Amino acid sequence: MALDTVAIAQTTPDNSQPFAELGLKPDEYARIKEILGRRPTSSELAMYSVMWSEHCSYKSSKVHLKQFGEKAPKSDALLVGIGENAGVVDVGQGYAVTFKIESHNHPSFVEPYQGAATGVGGIVRDILTMGARPIAVMDPLRFGPADAPDTRRVLPGIVAGVGGYGNCLGLPNIGGEVTFDETYAGNPLVNALCVGVMKHSDIKLAKAAGAGNLVVLYGAKTGGDGIGGVSVLASETFGAGGSTKRPSVQVGDPFVEKVLIECSLEIFAEDLVVGIQDLGGAGLSCATSELASGGSGGMKVQLDKVPLRDPSLSPEEILMSESQERMCAIVEPSKIERFLEICKKWDVTVTVIGEVTDGNHLEITWNGELIVDVPPRTVAHDGPVYNRPLAQPDYINQVNSQTVNVPIPATASEIKAAVLKLAAAPNLADKSWVTSQYDKYVQGNTIQSQPDDSGMIRIDETTNLGVAISTDANANWSYLNPYQGAKLALAEAARNIATAGARPLAVTNCLNFGSPEDPGVMWQFAESVRGLADGCLEMGLPVTGGNVSFYNQTGAVAILPTPVIGVLGVIQDVRTRTPMSFTQAGLDLFLLGETHEDLAGSEWAFLHDQRVGQSPDADLQREMRLIELLLEGNSFFAAAHDLSQGGLSAGLTEMVLRHKVGATVSLENAGVELISETPGRVIVAIDPAHTSRLEGIAIKNSIVITKLGTTGGDALTINDAVISLAELSTAHTSTFPRLFG
Amino acid sequence: MRVGVITFPGTLDDRDAARAVVVGGAEAVSLWHGDADLKSVDAVVLPGGFSYGDYLRCGAISRFAPVMQLVIEAANKGMPVLGICNGFQVLCESHLLPGALTRNSDLHFLCRDQVIEVVNNQTAWTNSFKQGEKIVIPLKNGEGSFQCDDQTLAMLEGEGRVIARYLGENPNGSRNLIAGISNAKGNVIGLMPHPEHAINELTGPSAQGLGFFTSILNAMVK
Repeated sequence: MALDTVAIAQTTPDNSQPFAELGLKPDEYARIKEILGRRPTSSELAMYSVMWSEHCSYKSSKVHLKQFGEKAPKSDALLVGIGENAGVVDVGQGYAVTFKIESHNHPSFVEPYQGAATGVGGIVRDILTMGARPIAVMDPLRFGPADAPDTRRVLPGIVAGVGGYGNCLGLPNIGGEVTFDETYAGNPLVNALCVGVMKHSDIKLAKAAGAGNLVVLYGAKTGGDGIGGVSVLASETFGAGGSTKRPSVQVGDPFVEKVLIECSLEIFAEDLVVGIQDLGGAGLSCATSELASGGSGGMKVQLDKVPLRDPSLSPEEILMSESQERMCAIVEPSKIERFLEICKKWDVTVTVIGEVTDGNHLEITWNGELIVDVPPRTVAHDGPVYNRPLAQPDYINQVNSQTVNVPIPATASEIKAAVLKLAAAPNLADKSWVTSQYDKYVQGNTIQSQPDDSGMIRIDETTNLGVAISTDANANWSYLNPYQGAKLALAEAARNIATAGARPLAVTNCLNFGSPEDPGVMWQFAESVRGLADGCLEMGLPVTGGNVSFYNQTGAVAILPTPVIGVLGVIQDVRTRTPMSFTQAGLDLFLLGETHEDLAGSEWAFLHDQRVGQSPDADLQREMRLIELLLEGNSFFAAAHDLSQGGLSAGLTEMVLRHKVGATVSLENAGVELISETPGRVIVAIDPAHTSRLEGIAIKNSIVITKLGTTGGDALTINDAVISLAELSTAHTSTFPRLFG
Repeated sequence: MRVGVITFPGTLDDRDAARAVVVGGAEAVSLWHGDADLKSVDAVVLPGGFSYGDYLRCGAISRFAPVMQLVIEAANKGMPVLGICNGFQVLCESHLLPGALTRNSDLHFLCRDQVIEVVNNQTAWTNSFKQGEKIVIPLKNGEGSFQCDDQTLAMLEGEGRVIARYLGENPNGSRNLIAGISNAKGNVIGLMPHPEHAINELTGPSAQGLGFFTSILNAMVK
């Protein structure tokens, strides 16, 4: 193909262009022509097509996501908000923490190992780009039925990919989720979270300021992998031809990324960059247009200077390539020499590819010929915005009007059977098969990790300041009521860090949904965003950023609406944290919060193929009082554990198996109390001497507490049902090895 | 007393190892793979990680690093050297230790708390332990299965050069449950599990890994 230049485009206005194949709608193509006053060159068309894709432009979600800004609670903690690579919050002592979660769903179905690996790699670069040292990762994962043949292909590959990449980067993996549902068959969800820490003064932004400053590309060479991965894969629902898309998935090299991290941190420490952006989705198209529009406004790039792994790549392909492990920095000419020296020390390939200019032109040349001349803002920020039609889907009234009809265990043997069934259920079973493939110790600051309620990392070895993070979603509730479901997930994530004694501070999210072109899905999405924004406002927690993944559907079947909510909190002294379980006998167990008959969306209902009824309503005022109680009780709680999926049954199972110390509890209405999933409940273990202290803070915070029983022994005893720890452990730990080898 | 901690490209546990050296009572000195300079250290730790991305074979490229030529020389003259995980692999590739580390028998990366038994407390890095002491430290690797030929195995066993063994089920298929070995003089140790991640109960499963780092002080005082 002959080189298409701006000059040629001006003289051949009627040349037909493959805009539809690149995913652009006719009116979008017309708008590009209007912006440019001519037809785009093929390189410009490539840039617009990737940057205006759903994944990069958020064109279907923008109108809803702006609620996170409009309803933002007043927060002194927020240092950098939505719109940058990741949000940054102040955690005290001069430290700032940045965290974000992103999806890599579609690539992980096509090529599980590389899809998951590059998902980790991408989010880690986002965190690095803010100027932070990445300190931990987490991975909420969702799969088709646990016993489905394709899950045996997808799950081991994704787990190995997450581990293979994260382990090689030296980042502890401190938590996540593994959940199964038939709607995720063909649409596995791979959400990756990374958290990083820096001093306030070290925050970096994606802006190319200062005419004459240099545009520097460093890291891996550019290859043909992932060309158009973003637009081709993420913005198009899977049809029958999945496997033919394999070449669009990026291939990761964690070793290169590890070196890139250390090299970048050394560069940041010497304050050598004005602005920085990683190359992720949409590659150079994204980095150059975002940097330019975030800074002085203009940029000149000599595309032929980009170092290539494959010399046959065309300029269009170079602009679209999503080769991993690349960064683009803006460097003052006086500092370039030192910048190059540090790259040389780390054997990192580095090339000056252009310079910042005043004005409003992003000009890209190829061997001296002008092939791109666009206002960068129109590429990066002025993409199309759709107010897509939305309508409450028919199923809502249908499922909400039914009630859950499941057997309620009553006799001792039925109770025992129910507890064992829940302990072994794939959604609740021991996840060591997964988490033992992740390094949780590296960096030496991991205080908590799976199966604790949250991940916790020490960020200062002298003061013992730490952060805790939990990610949660309950897609069953979101299916029944997406507005409440989002609020409930937020409450659960906040509760999961408060049980350890960390105060919730900020929120990130990864919103996984079906096709936005389906008004029912769009309604689920809109309701979820509304619920999360309302919930964050009520709880006073700012949303610092997030990610939207649409088109998670195969044919007409969309995934359950799955808003994964991450909450980050601060703990002043990690040594004071409350563990999730007890190590000694003779402690009293108390339930904080009341139990109602909340079976809709429960794991027990799921195990009986029932997805009907009404989800509980989130009572965030009560959740906030519960959090205060937990923080006040942190000084004397021996253990605290959140109750969520699987209710009291799962909560007790997890506690007694953690340190192999049993418990004896008596319940009035054991059947319902064990399987109900009423939100806002926590089990705590205390020394009996502290009973009045617990009662005092419970009254103060208006939280109902009930004594459940005591710890000790080698069994979980519930009324007359005695379940030995040995048989409970076997049930809990054998599911994953049986399914996945 | 100065203990050097080497950083290769792709080394991950260098800061952890330096922390353990300091908690153990010595001064930690960073050594860069590309610098042929041991900075007058008294002992060297080769930390864990994926040096050079484990390309070709684990440790196969690192052994050619300029700093390693000096480490090999010094080790042969008796300087204490501890290689942990990837460091163990580098020592085998450098022929300071016999045998090789191969893929775990179940082919998965494995991270877990591992009970090991210290079976030789006469080396520069194990003299703080009681003979036969059982300790819990993290094991985390993808290629930790120690393999060697029968003759080498008989030599290692016969000369007391197996310094630590896994207890319980074999985690990775290592011959004779070997978790660590020494050279003939006992100054060079290769250890698959990670004592540097077990220096306190806050961040590790125990503080029992610290013994390796206090041992080196004893060895120097003697």
